[in-house]
Amino acid sequence: MPQAVITASSLTKKYKDFVAVDGISFEVAPGESFGLLGPNGAGKSTTMRMVGAVSTRTSGSLSILGLDPNDHGPEIRSQLGVVPQQDNLDQELRVRDNLIVYGRYFGIPTKQVAKRADELLEFAQLGDRAKSRVDDLSGGMKRRLTIARALVNDPRILLLDEPTTGLDPQARHILWDRLFRLKEQGTTLVLTTHYMDEAEQLCDRLVVVDKGQIMAEGSPAALIREYSTREVVEVRFGSDRNAEVAVQLQGIGDRHEVLPDRILIYSENGEAELAKIIARGLEPLTSLVRRSSLEDVFLRLTGRSLIE
Amino acid sequence: MTDIDHAGASGADFTDLGIREAILRAGAKPRRWGSWYVAEHRIRAMRAYLQTLVVTSVGNPLVYLFGLGVGLARLVPTTVDGASYLQFVAPALLASAAVTVAAEECTYPVLMGFKWNPIFSAMNAAPISGAQITNGLVIAVSVRMLPTVAIYFIFMLLFGAVPSALGVLAILVAVFTGMSVGLLIMAYTSTIIEDRGQMALIQRFGIVPMFLFSGTFFPITQLPIYLQWIGWISPLWHGTQLGRDVTYGLGEPTWLVAVHIAYPLALGAFGWWATARTITRRLNA
Repeated sequence: MPQAVITASSLTKKYKDFVAVDGISFEVAPGESFGLLGPNGAGKSTTMRMVGAVSTRTSGSLSILGLDPNDHGPEIRSQLGVVPQQDNLDQELRVRDNLIVYGRYFGIPTKQVAKRADELLEFAQLGDRAKSRVDDLSGGMKRRLTIARALVNDPRILLLDEPTTGLDPQARHILWDRLFRLKEQGTTLVLTTHYMDEAEQLCDRLVVVDKGQIMAEGSPAALIREYSTREVVEVRFGSDRNAEVAVQLQGIGDRHEVLPDRILIYSENGEAELAKIIARGLEPLTSLVRRSSLEDVFLRLTGRSLIE
Repeated sequence: MTDIDHAGASGADFTDLGIREAILRAGAKPRRWGSWYVAEHRIRAMRAYLQTLVVTSVGNPLVYLFGLGVGLARLVPTTVDGASYLQFVAPALLASAAVTVAAEECTYPVLMGFKWNPIFSAMNAAPISGAQITNGLVIAVSVRMLPTVAIYFIFMLLFGAVPSALGVLAILVAVFTGMSVGLLIMAYTSTIIEDRGQMALIQRFGIVPMFLFSGTFFPITQLPIYLQWIGWISPLWHGTQLGRDVTYGLGEPTWLVAVHIAYPLALGAFGWWATARTITRRLNA
């Protein structure tokens, strides 16, 4: 494996008594697409801010492109593209001016950055909105503009914090397509998400984070193999009966999770388990056989759902 | 759908000495010029309200110089401190105009930069530091003040309010005074997390009383002694007196002129330091 572009070791961030990030260690290889998956408040954004050489770590070691953010913040940030959770475009400037002004922060000459801005607007499918006000853009467009802005310095690493939160499904797919192109071109992507489908779509490898700690690490497929079964049967008997029926499901599937609104039965063959349930005379109101997802991995690891 | 040119994504081995050098070099320009990039950004944003700026910059001096210098001067036929009332009041109005601009530009834009239009975090995610953001704001506010003050000064010349050739220095004095007040305000506004009407308070209980008690319309010696201290601690009074020194030769002792320079300078320096410290802390928590 080539030298990692990001190396974190026992990385910790405390705010007074609150430990936001509790000694996490991970490495990211060049060209890799690496994800931090976890619920809100897991410490993902704080980790991203430390990796982004913005937030100062409390302890542990951190190396970005071989440099320590404590000593070389501006140098590291000159090599990063950052897409924060909340869009922080300048609403007082027009779309294209947002890119130009931002490019200047990296010391790119005005003429060069103007050319770059036009390329990026095309890439972000905003070519016809160059002179629009930021406020007039849709949520998806603002997100794409923020990504375009993050690319203005041709970064070696792109950091994306919850890139598609709050977007409608169509806007998410457009965004994923853009990110996938960057990934294909070899950009190192580091992203946080609490959407399992997003993690599965975009990440080569990810860590599951909860309460500031890493619970598991691996590729989406490997995590599912390790912590879940191939398939899951979801059955609903009505919220007042689920717990009662769960007892009668003994011996069906490898493992059960009883949630307030449904029961999950983990198995290699979902259809066969569903047939067994019906053979026992238990008639679920609804049933669904699906493949295991990272949501199941998270549930297994923490006993909680990702989106609560 | 086009792909973008993306040389940086080649996954080249950054441990290669040449690439390491390149990374270190990439930080050099932002480290050196970052403050100016911030100023450039702010000035570009000001273009959006350029029309308002021009109208107020021309309208204000006309209204004030006519109203006070010409109108009120009829009521004050005698000379004040050895000058006509117009000559007396003009440098004070000039300094006040600069303070007004500073008070505007150091309140909402600072609060907005953190909250409603959070551009500071965006700048800081790029190689720009909290101190550079502060410097950039200072440069931008000064640049914003300069034409306003210069236009004001031209009207003063036209109204015959500047007998001394040294008077042109009043432009610099006004910007200096404005920045001194502005930096103090910025030191405070940079700490505001939630807007609970503090901006209006600054205006009503800070700027307006300062305007009234800083020897703008009458020498502070006219005030009872227990009110004169407001003038002494007001950077606007010091700036106003300094303006009178250069526009018509008020003839104050050298030590007092030195105080008029040193005091606003000290306040401004403190404000600058405190603002940079607050902005840095808030961004890098």
